[in-house]
Amino acid sequence: MGNFDRLRDLYAERRSFFARTLVALAFCLLLMLLLLWRAFDLQILQHEQLSTRSNDNRMRLVTVPPVRGLIFDRNGVVLAQNSPAYVLELVPEQVEDIEAMLDALSAIVKIDPSDRERFYERRKRTPSYRGVPVRTRLSFEEVARFQVNRHDFPGVDVRAGLTREYPLGKSMSHLVGYVGGVTERDLQQFGEADYRGTTHIGKTGIERQYEELLHGSTGAKIVETNATGRPLRDLDHRPANPGSNLHLTVDARLQLVAKEALKGYEGAIVALDPRNGEVLALVSEPGFEPRHFVDGISHERYRTLNNDPRRPLYNRALAGTYPPGSTIKPVMAMIALEEQVVSPEQRIYCPGHFELPNVTRHYRCWKRRGHGWMDLERAVAESCDVYFYKIAHELGIDRIEKMLGWFSLGQETGIDLPGERAGIAPSRAWKRAVRGQAWYPGETLNIGIGQGVMTMTPLQVALMTARIGTRGGSATPHVLRAIEHVDEGRTIAQAQKPLPDIPIANPEHWSKVHDSMVATMHSPGGTALSVGQDAAYRIAGKTGTSQVAGLSQEDEVAPDTESLPKHLRDHALFMAFAPADDPRIAVAVIVEHGGSGGAVAAPIARQVLDAWLHEGPVEVIAQDTAS
Amino acid sequence: MNPLSAETGRDNRSLGFFARHYLDGPLLALIVMLLSVSLATLYSATGNDGGALWSQLKRLSVGLAVLVVCARIPPDGYRAIAPAIYAGTLLLLVLVLVFGDASKGAQRWLDLGIVRFQPSELMKLAMPMAVAAYLHATGVAPGVRRLPVVLLIIALPAALVGAQPDLGTALMITMSGLIALYLGGLRWRWMLGFAATAMAAIPLLWFNMHDYQRSRVLTFLNPERDPLGAGYHITQSKIAIGSGGALGKGWGEGTQARLDFLPESHTDFIFAAFAEETGLIGAGLLLLLYFALTARCLIIALRGQETFQRLLGGSLGIIFFCYVFINIGMVCGLLPVVGVPLPLMSFGGTSIVSLMAGFGILMSIQTHRKLVPS
Repeated sequence: MGNFDRLRDLYAERRSFFARTLVALAFCLLLMLLLLWRAFDLQILQHEQLSTRSNDNRMRLVTVPPVRGLIFDRNGVVLAQNSPAYVLELVPEQVEDIEAMLDALSAIVKIDPSDRERFYERRKRTPSYRGVPVRTRLSFEEVARFQVNRHDFPGVDVRAGLTREYPLGKSMSHLVGYVGGVTERDLQQFGEADYRGTTHIGKTGIERQYEELLHGSTGAKIVETNATGRPLRDLDHRPANPGSNLHLTVDARLQLVAKEALKGYEGAIVALDPRNGEVLALVSEPGFEPRHFVDGISHERYRTLNNDPRRPLYNRALAGTYPPGSTIKPVMAMIALEEQVVSPEQRIYCPGHFELPNVTRHYRCWKRRGHGWMDLERAVAESCDVYFYKIAHELGIDRIEKMLGWFSLGQETGIDLPGERAGIAPSRAWKRAVRGQAWYPGETLNIGIGQGVMTMTPLQVALMTARIGTRGGSATPHVLRAIEHVDEGRTIAQAQKPLPDIPIANPEHWSKVHDSMVATMHSPGGTALSVGQDAAYRIAGKTGTSQVAGLSQEDEVAPDTESLPKHLRDHALFMAFAPADDPRIAVAVIVEHGGSGGAVAAPIARQVLDAWLHEGPVEVIAQDTAS
Repeated sequence: MNPLSAETGRDNRSLGFFARHYLDGPLLALIVMLLSVSLATLYSATGNDGGALWSQLKRLSVGLAVLVVCARIPPDGYRAIAPAIYAGTLLLLVLVLVFGDASKGAQRWLDLGIVRFQPSELMKLAMPMAVAAYLHATGVAPGVRRLPVVLLIIALPAALVGAQPDLGTALMITMSGLIALYLGGLRWRWMLGFAATAMAAIPLLWFNMHDYQRSRVLTFLNPERDPLGAGYHITQSKIAIGSGGALGKGWGEGTQARLDFLPESHTDFIFAAFAEETGLIGAGLLLLLYFALTARCLIIALRGQETFQRLLGGSLGIIFFCYVFINIGMVCGLLPVVGVPLPLMSFGGTSIVSLMAGFGILMSIQTHRKLVPS
């Protein structure tokens, strides 16, 4: 190959290379423009959408739960509070072998199998960088023991938080109620939005009734987080509004006296201020320890409570319905007077039994020998059944029914507590609707002495007493006295809700009924004389005995209560207001299977009346120990 | 020292600082600019991690040292040792398969006691060198007789790397050989034949892929297929780029990268981190820099005095651009996610050395000019 050829080849090669390089460069330019177009597409055309997704990535709405409002009695005694509680927490991402760590921890802090179960349950719902509670409510001793040994437990720490405390425990359990974990149903009722971040919600009692007030409103933070969800900084912040403090009408001292008086029985006491409907005490015995519910009650403990024959979870004061027995008699007397079936002085003979025309059955008086001649005052004071059989028979069920409603029978009182029941005010319509049967005249006689199908709650009995004591006045029973708006620093008293006056033609009739109730307490022969005679003030009261299903009028009347098995004994009832001429308290007492109202229920009521009316020094309230 | 170098016939006294050290000013300027952008982005994407910056700086100085050394070696030297380098690297690749360290399910690393390195990286240089040297020796425009030899030169290392398995690198190595072949005057009809064969090979390739490789391809075709798994990368990357908008979120303000939503934000996906903070303006300027750098490489290649120099220089320039395109294309969601770093931008050690060596060779081509062409 000659030089010329070589040069020509070289030239050709260079030209080919130049062309190919140029093609390649053009191709590169094309690809570069493609990338540029793609960047334009993403950064300009799709910018809005992708920018939103970028913000969604990093911004989290974190709710700030409000501090729950406190609950006080009428004197400022704390009934529910938030106390610091020490929680033992374990951060899963910092602990390699969690099971081994729990084993090691249980050497210094008590960890039940149920604690472990709860721990693993919660761990599933918690990001791994966040602490999961192993144990709540550590004792100071446990905290101290842990702190000394904490170097042995990396990734475990004690955190101070707030938990709900009920200083009076069992004594207030049916009134104040308790909080517990938020459930799906709670959220449906109270709205999911405001409960993000809230762990506890009112379940019963005041805690439930005024949940919205106590809870406050949830604050929110917009937090910037990284890809693992760890919060880095706050971008925006709206503070939570703390829940309102509630001041109740209840007097904790009176409540404790009432509870103490009822100790050992199953029953209920309701004390009202008849003038304004304030609930002064509301006890259902036995109570339960509300704190067990706050962090989730264990299955075993709940089963024990639920299967307890004394039924501690049952709020007898609001939901227990009992035939009012003879405590209905003042109302019956009032109806009879108003309907002019009987005059106060008119006397009726009690031979110990009563018969209806054309009916062979004997309706017995509790006093088998009979009371002899009875006027209205003596009939109430000595609780003569025959007298009331007679006036009930003459009134007839329709006229009785018409007026029972005025005395709170058959309808909820409207108290600001959940779970109230209405009881039964009997009528022809009721019987037809519920039993599908016609009304028998004999049933009217039973209604006359407060037995049979008629039932009332202790709260209704107390309101009935207040209505009588205030001559048809009084107000809707209520527990909330004032709302303290913590953030605004002002306290707003709750308005009373006066009940419509009972339209009585002759107000003198009230005095006659009051006199008869005073005679019950203070006159010889009165069924509660032993309770009333040494009182420093005048009491107007009425004893009652509520028949327990299974014992009928056919049986021997008033069997020796001591000889009967307890669950077949009658319920003892007592109602009273005092002082008789200007009542400041109306009280109803029911002692299940207590037997005689005069012997069992009345002395209990007397203790409550004394505690309220003597106005003794307010004692320091001792913490109710779990007994 | 003899002012007139006998070897190169250069008068060092009349040359500027860069030329005297066998460096190409424009190319070096572009490299330094890109590296500066890289370090700034790296610092921001790692959440102001000075440690990462420092370790990258150390790697860069090693890389720059390699560049300076490589630039000093005259092109003839490369041509002379090209067959040896190729054969040696091939041997190393075999050793990797036999003794290599497994990492992430693939054997890529060779532990030499002092340093661990990937022979496949070396092959990125050895391959175009070998093809260029062969075509230089036997003449350009290979025909039926020489073409199988070239293809064998290309296929052998590609097969070894693919067996590691490192499909991405195998593909890039193949490509660098083919680019050299293309620049070496492969006839257009042959190229069409290759393209047809490649298309036909796709199904074959598919059935020989590992699961993770298939998953990458499927996720590329439909990123929402697995938004929390493999698709997460590409989705977050698109969010990062797109949320940057026209002007970007500002340096140090890229939330996608800094809050770890963008995975691999300082390695393979650094372009997304950069585009998030600097917007379309920044992304456009970066693309321009890369294109300018590619163009400079090709200009050097065009001015190469020998076939070997031209083919090698051209191949290095084009393959550099291929890396850029594949990486940014992948980060933008135009191409499947393959583990290809963005040259000069991504954090990491192994690739920077081979990359800088490549630029060193280009500078050597540019600066070792003979007065009389051979």
